[in-house]
Amino acid sequence: MSQKNRLNGGQIDRNRPLSFSFDGKNYTGYVGDTLSSALLANNVRLMGRSFKYHRPRGVFSAGSEEPNALVELRSGARREPNTRATVAELYDGLEAQSQNRFPSLRFDALAVSDVLSSFLSAGFYYKTFMWPAAFWEKVYEPAIRRAAGLGRLSGEEDPDVYDKGFLHCDLLIIGAGPSGLAAALTAGRAGAEVILAEEDFAFGGRLLAERDLLADLSANDWVSDVVGELSTLPNVRLMTRTTVFGQYDHGIFSAIERISDHLPEPPTHKPRQILWRIYSKRALLTAGATERPIAFENNDRPGVMLAGALRAYANRWAVTPAKDVVIFTNNDDGHRTARDLAAKGVNIAALVDCRADAPASAEFEVLKGAEVIDSRGRLGLNSVKVRLQDGSEKEITCGAFGGAGGWNPNVHLTCHKRGRPIWNDDILAFVPAPISDPALRVAGAAAGIFSTHGALQSGAEKAIQVLKELDISARMPNLSKAEDAPVNIAPFWYVRGGKGRVWLDLQNDVTVKDIKLAHQEGFKSVEHVKRYTTLGMATDQGKTANLGALAVLADLGGKSISDVGTTIFRPPYTPVSMGAIAGRSRGKNFRPYRLTPSHKWAEKQGAVFVEAGNWLRAQWFPIEGETHWRQSVDREVLAVRKSVGVCDVTTLGKIDVQGTDAAEFLNHVYCNGFAKLPVGKARYGLMLREDGLAMDDGTAARLAEDHFVVTTTTANAVSVFRHMEFCRQCLWPGLGVQLISTTEAWAQFAVAGPNARKLLQKIVDPAYDISNEAFPYMACGEVTICGGLRARLFRISFSGELAYEIAVPTRYGDALVRRVIEAGREFDAIPYGTEALGVLRIEKGHAAGNELNGQSTAAMLGMGRMVSQKKDSIGRVLAGRPHLIREDDYRLVGLRPVNAEDTILSGAHLMSIKDTANAKNDQGWVTSAAYSPHVGSSIALAFLKKGDARHGEVIRIVSPLDNSDIEATVTSPHFIDPEGERLRV
Amino acid sequence: MIINHPLLGPRDAQEFVYLGDASLIDRPDVNAETALEDFHDYLYLRDNPAGSHKELWFHEQGDRAWLVVTRDMTTHEITDVELASDYAKRRGRDR
Amino acid sequence: MSEHLLTPLTALGRDSPVTKTIGGITICENPDLAIASLTVRQGRDQQLQTVLTSILGGSLSGPGRAIFSNSTTAIWTGVDQWFLMAPLSEHPDYAAEIKNIVKDSASVTEQTDGWVIFDLKGDNLIPFLERICNLNSKTLVAGDATRCLIEHLGCLIICRESGRNFTIVGPRSSASSLHHTLVTAALSVA
Repeated sequence: MSQKNRLNGGQIDRNRPLSFSFDGKNYTGYVGDTLSSALLANNVRLMGRSFKYHRPRGVFSAGSEEPNALVELRSGARREPNTRATVAELYDGLEAQSQNRFPSLRFDALAVSDVLSSFLSAGFYYKTFMWPAAFWEKVYEPAIRRAAGLGRLSGEEDPDVYDKGFLHCDLLIIGAGPSGLAAALTAGRAGAEVILAEEDFAFGGRLLAERDLLADLSANDWVSDVVGELSTLPNVRLMTRTTVFGQYDHGIFSAIERISDHLPEPPTHKPRQILWRIYSKRALLTAGATERPIAFENNDRPGVMLAGALRAYANRWAVTPAKDVVIFTNNDDGHRTARDLAAKGVNIAALVDCRADAPASAEFEVLKGAEVIDSRGRLGLNSVKVRLQDGSEKEITCGAFGGAGGWNPNVHLTCHKRGRPIWNDDILAFVPAPISDPALRVAGAAAGIFSTHGALQSGAEKAIQVLKELDISARMPNLSKAEDAPVNIAPFWYVRGGKGRVWLDLQNDVTVKDIKLAHQEGFKSVEHVKRYTTLGMATDQGKTANLGALAVLADLGGKSISDVGTTIFRPPYTPVSMGAIAGRSRGKNFRPYRLTPSHKWAEKQGAVFVEAGNWLRAQWFPIEGETHWRQSVDREVLAVRKSVGVCDVTTLGKIDVQGTDAAEFLNHVYCNGFAKLPVGKARYGLMLREDGLAMDDGTAARLAEDHFVVTTTTANAVSVFRHMEFCRQCLWPGLGVQLISTTEAWAQFAVAGPNARKLLQKIVDPAYDISNEAFPYMACGEVTICGGLRARLFRISFSGELAYEIAVPTRYGDALVRRVIEAGREFDAIPYGTEALGVLRIEKGHAAGNELNGQSTAAMLGMGRMVSQKKDSIGRVLAGRPHLIREDDYRLVGLRPVNAEDTILSGAHLMSIKDTANAKNDQGWVTSAAYSPHVGSSIALAFLKKGDARHGEVIRIVSPLDNSDIEATVTSPHFIDPEGERLRV
Repeated sequence: MIINHPLLGPRDAQEFVYLGDASLIDRPDVNAETALEDFHDYLYLRDNPAGSHKELWFHEQGDRAWLVVTRDMTTHEITDVELASDYAKRRGRDR
Repeated sequence: MSEHLLTPLTALGRDSPVTKTIGGITICENPDLAIASLTVRQGRDQQLQTVLTSILGGSLSGPGRAIFSNSTTAIWTGVDQWFLMAPLSEHPDYAAEIKNIVKDSASVTEQTDGWVIFDLKGDNLIPFLERICNLNSKTLVAGDATRCLIEHLGCLIICRESGRNFTIVGPRSSASSLHHTLVTAALSVA
């Protein structure tokens, strides 16, 4: 018979049946079911295998705290491991698989680890798999991973999209149980901007699981009424399926909204989930409480559950896991569960209450002063053994068991900013510490106020209180009369004695014995015990496990639980999928990319692109017949040296510096002088950090008396601008200077090679004389090109050749590069990429990022004399520290292999020819290396101790990484044209 | 965190870049006899108070103003925010 | 206007601007906007305000605000700094034009090609804006203008009509990434 465990009533829609499958077998449930309620309705108790010992396990709870019933949901690329069956909303066609078992859930070969459990006790990782060390990666770890671990990833790309968003509110209410609803009603009516976030798919929280009446309404009707009113208020945003999982500073919260998890697949373009960042002026935590079990021997069989969960399944989902149930309690709430189950026609085989003075019942047998001490049933509970008050033992047949050990307030979010919960003896639970930070208040069961009346009252009162702080006046709503039972509970956490295993943490298979072992081995602090035993880790973060372990620790140490203390919680409250955290940042949109003005054209030329920061730059331009990148790069380099080439250099940072004190300002930020630079000229500039090391280099071109254009390296464009703003605003706020970045506003191309001028004369309008006399090396100016387009022309060179950089408004960059190549056809002009750019600058001995790596001084770069002592510039003083200007420091040199066939590798180390190659004899390192088609061999730039005095010496270049050891001659870093004649022709 | 920008109101700290102690504004005189020692102390010696701390934040994704933020290092409570240029001028920085 | 030989591309790398309508949201690339940044020079505030009144019809806006005057928009972008915007077709050399008006009371920098501009229109853009930036978009009214992060990109958002009409000014080299973000967000909320 299908759904043989279905009871009457419940909040399921019996007119809308849903079919689903578990481990390939088909079942039916109803709209309103979760996967776990539907499985229980179909008499499926066995839902998974445990993490370490592969013990058969069933569902334990009815909420997000579930440790056991983890399943793989869906199939194919959408397969989602470790889904808690208790929060998986049933939909038509749902497919679920049990996990962590082989070959099947009922017969799991890996359950052999259960037999070997004595070898797998607490800390076994640290003890068992130590030797030999090499075995760890190859043997032990893969084996452990195969046996343990939880669900399997699909291994395929997630086909769904995830989104992110930002919300603002006066009051964020976390949890829509009685206190959250009362608070929302109070704040909503007062006109405050309210967000009410509920992790369940229905509002009501614990009210959905109770039979209470509020005045003369059923709890359900009251919830509908309140939600009905709230939904008419435009200032209230109601969010179901939304878990607020983290609290951060100053009222910022993160929440995950599951938009499409309850659908077979998301509608086209719709996100599966949305990760919200919520900015709240105030927040109220009304997240309720989580019941905890009482531990006893073999308390992990399918059918052993929390009592409150049995009540929830019966009242909300009209389901009982079995017809005969035993309840074991230390408090009055266990009696409430028994009453509710009995009212639904479930047989209470016994209510076992550890308290000698437990209340009696006319509806079922109450065994006072008794304890459940053991259970039976291989794949599901068949019976429990009870030790009665008189010491005699009794076997009671039952298919389900409910443990009622009291309730823990859900304090998790109050811990995210280091709040440490404090022990409350009245309810025997940790409650939120009084919080000095006003951002988050707590009401209802989360604050340890367990009655429905108390929850409603405290929710409304807290709302009024925090709104008053925001100058919003709110009135107490007329709240219905509700259940107001006091908490009667005895401190009883686990059953002592017995030889079998007493499970504390079901998800991590941690037993009382493990805690004892840890304690015995010296792990006495709660934080150490957690890490040694893995208690409280993994997907459930020990929500139902922690307190039992604390009680064991308290007993072992002869302390109170209050003195033992508790570990605290970090975000996330419940697991968050990586997809949601990635959001839209996937694939090529992992981060925004930047395209150069010539990108489209370069793509057409078949360029190979490289990522430079966020930029995509053409690395080289292969032509027909070229099969290796070196062929393209060598050709490009030679073409530039022989005739002319064009390279997009837009990515260099450009900063517009204007103002009456612009020149003086540049004098401060560059170590060399700019005050006397004439209008129409550019100059190389070196920026130091205040500690005297090189920060960045570039050029500054003076377009007018009060107007410079500064260039930075591509990599440092942002940080140099930030630094210049620091200098302007914080160090010299009285200077008349204004800065703005113009990197993207201009498309800039280097045109380099002996024919560069001839080519540009065909581009630049004839009104502008760019002859060597009129526009010499380092000249700059505004021109027009191609019949009137305004442009900027700079005669600067990175390659060592006669070269210019020409800039036009970015939108014309594409047209300009086409035009230049076209006009350059008679000179065989070619485009060149970043690789050739690099070779050209290494041949010329120009420092770049590899040399300006944060460790080099001006002196090391051969620019020691550039540091002006006549003016106050950043880094001037500390650049003069004796250690930074000592004669025997590293100096930039060139290297050329003695044997032209040898290749020099970047990062290799330099040794004197006679020395043993070791760290002690290290003389420096190779910063940049390339094959130079001009020289005809590998060449390199390097920092070598006293390098400037060692030109001509033969040294060794050693790279232990690839076991290379070659000889090279030290040279000047300028492999071409050391006199700079080519620049000036 | 939220930084209450003196001109733009509350803004998410994600929009800012942190630099460090606001004492970086008190740059020593390069021409002093003791300049080398002064700069050494300025650059490398920092207080690390378990309490109120003045520090520099740059509103990189906003108006590119440098701000001096007074923040409690133990609670992250921010008690004061002002434009660094105003603060610097008050500390005697000019040109 | 000069008759040079070069043909411009839009920020999205096309000959003509891209317009997409998704659900009730129209995302329209607007290449016809000239931008010049204007930074007042020390002690010249009064003089600058005076000369600008002719084109703005009023004072420059304060922090977080823009003013719209005929075809010109002025947006506060930083301490003592504004972006001025006007149709590019009518102002082909906008920075020079502005510099000619403000003389040495302000520094003026050409910014037209530094940016991509998307005009957004729809009956209710709030759910869309909530997905892309951290501003409290419900509270934005006409004339609000501020920089913010959109998917790691520093952008200016200008509210022209509360909830219905916005302009986003983003870094030009990342126009494609920004457009992708806007389109994805629009599809998501449509």
